[in-house]
Amino acid sequence: MMLNVQNLHASVDGKEILKGLTLEVPAGEVHAIMGPNGAGKSTLSYVLTGRDGYEVTAGSATLDGEDLLALAPDERAARGVFLSFQYPLEIPGVPALTFIRTALNAQRKARGEVEITAPEFLKLARTKSAELKIDFDMLKRALNVGFSGGEKKRMEILQMAMLSPRFLILDETDSGLDIDALRIVSDGVNALRSPERGMLVITHYQRLLDYIKPDRVHVLSGGRIVASGGPELAHELEREGYERYEKAA
Amino acid sequence: MSLATAIRDKDVAKLPGKRDEEWRWTDLRGLIRILPEPSASFAGDVGDGPFDALADDRRMLVNGGEALIDLPADSKATVALRFVSRGAGSHAAGVTITLGSNARLRLLESYESDGGSVTQASLTIVLADGAAVERIVLAQDHEDAVSVSQAAVRLAPKAEYGQTVVTSGARRQRLETRVIHPGGHASLRLDGVYLLAGKRHSDQTTVVNHESTDGATVQLTKGVVRDQARGVFQGRIVVAEGADRTDARMGHHALILSDRAEVDAKPELEIYADDVACAHGNTVGALDEDALFYARQRGMPEADARALLTEAFIGEVIDRMWFDGARDVVRAWAAERLRG
Repeated sequence: MMLNVQNLHASVDGKEILKGLTLEVPAGEVHAIMGPNGAGKSTLSYVLTGRDGYEVTAGSATLDGEDLLALAPDERAARGVFLSFQYPLEIPGVPALTFIRTALNAQRKARGEVEITAPEFLKLARTKSAELKIDFDMLKRALNVGFSGGEKKRMEILQMAMLSPRFLILDETDSGLDIDALRIVSDGVNALRSPERGMLVITHYQRLLDYIKPDRVHVLSGGRIVASGGPELAHELEREGYERYEKAA
Repeated sequence: MSLATAIRDKDVAKLPGKRDEEWRWTDLRGLIRILPEPSASFAGDVGDGPFDALADDRRMLVNGGEALIDLPADSKATVALRFVSRGAGSHAAGVTITLGSNARLRLLESYESDGGSVTQASLTIVLADGAAVERIVLAQDHEDAVSVSQAAVRLAPKAEYGQTVVTSGARRQRLETRVIHPGGHASLRLDGVYLLAGKRHSDQTTVVNHESTDGATVQLTKGVVRDQARGVFQGRIVVAEGADRTDARMGHHALILSDRAEVDAKPELEIYADDVACAHGNTVGALDEDALFYARQRGMPEADARALLTEAFIGEVIDRMWFDGARDVVRAWAAERLRG
């Protein structure tokens, strides 16, 4: 099993948010996590990526059998865990190109690989930005500073494409996107689907799943997975809402 | 009350101290119980200065002394000016710089001490109409040194003066610039960077007096302090009565990277004219934890992520320097300190 989360309990400021979450994502599959506001969706993404302030009190999370929870955030990144943030951060003073190259080389170094050369990096950046319809000059500007919501999300997908992670977590990637941006972003994500990669798509709405088609859909409510099914589950949720599952939780 | 007088008269009672309002965060009186003996002259090799390769005129004052730099009208020069201290004695140095009309000077100044010396450097810089100066100061003092530098600058109409003072501090250090600004479409930029670690201290103090109409001043100082270091910024801009259409902007922003580090800031605007545009901003805080996590999630180890974000923070000041060559030297120097 690629991502294997068993009975995960996690707290923020002493308040338990995840209450025994179990989830398995095999390589090659895209799983969607859907749930009402406050269900613990973002907490799950932060616990898996190691953000400070999220305390795991019980349970386990492994990637290809390796204990993720024992690793620092950058070590998890070097092993291929990538989070597309719901609210991407602005990094004043650091051009996007510099930021991404620094990240890429840090990951390569951690894996014992050689650094990417400047020409190789620029070529990669040009190719991927063209695919995502991002103006290359934008990459010379400070990362995300003054970018629109849609531009920031496209920047997340660009970083994802360039860092080429093995396990992708998309946290509310569709929020703030118009229909054209949604299609571009989805194309970018779908291009990364492969038998070696796993993906967790966290979303409140079913809309994104019309573009990024999941193999499995899980309902997260009250800090646990309360239902799982095929893609049809997303449509059912869209029709009937989360109320039934909130009661179940 | 000045360190130079105290050194000259061998009298600690003449040192400025915390009872002097302008020196309350840089108390020399309380620090120095006995002034060290006057520095002996030093004839040995002091190595290269940080800006030697960029200059066409190199001046060096080792353990005190005086120098005169005089640029005739319409001339141009790039001068490396080194204040070097060897040993743990006390001494004062004085430099007078004059520029004729439309002369252009790049002044690349460095402070280089190697022990517990107590020193004062005094500079007088006088510009004629239309003259231009970019003064870049790199203060790389020893952790045991007590170092004061005071520059008195007098602008003229249509003159242009830009300054960037970059320092890693000392046991106690004051880098002070006082500018007489005559307005008359003269422009002034006074920037600073302090990067302090250990128990180092640095005080950047500036006073600008706008005496007449149509003057512009922009000012941006940024600092990063860690360990038990202490940064001080005092910036005062005085706009005299009648100095209308003065445009003055001052910013000071500091990052405190440890619980025991300290930053004291006092931005002051004293405005006696009616028609002016003046503003100041001052922030002191920690590194943005959200940005830090974001960088780490992308694969940067914590130390690298912190270095990248702090370099970017002070990069805004370094980017404002005019002289590319000196900017590269300063950027590399700062990066080394932030990564170290």
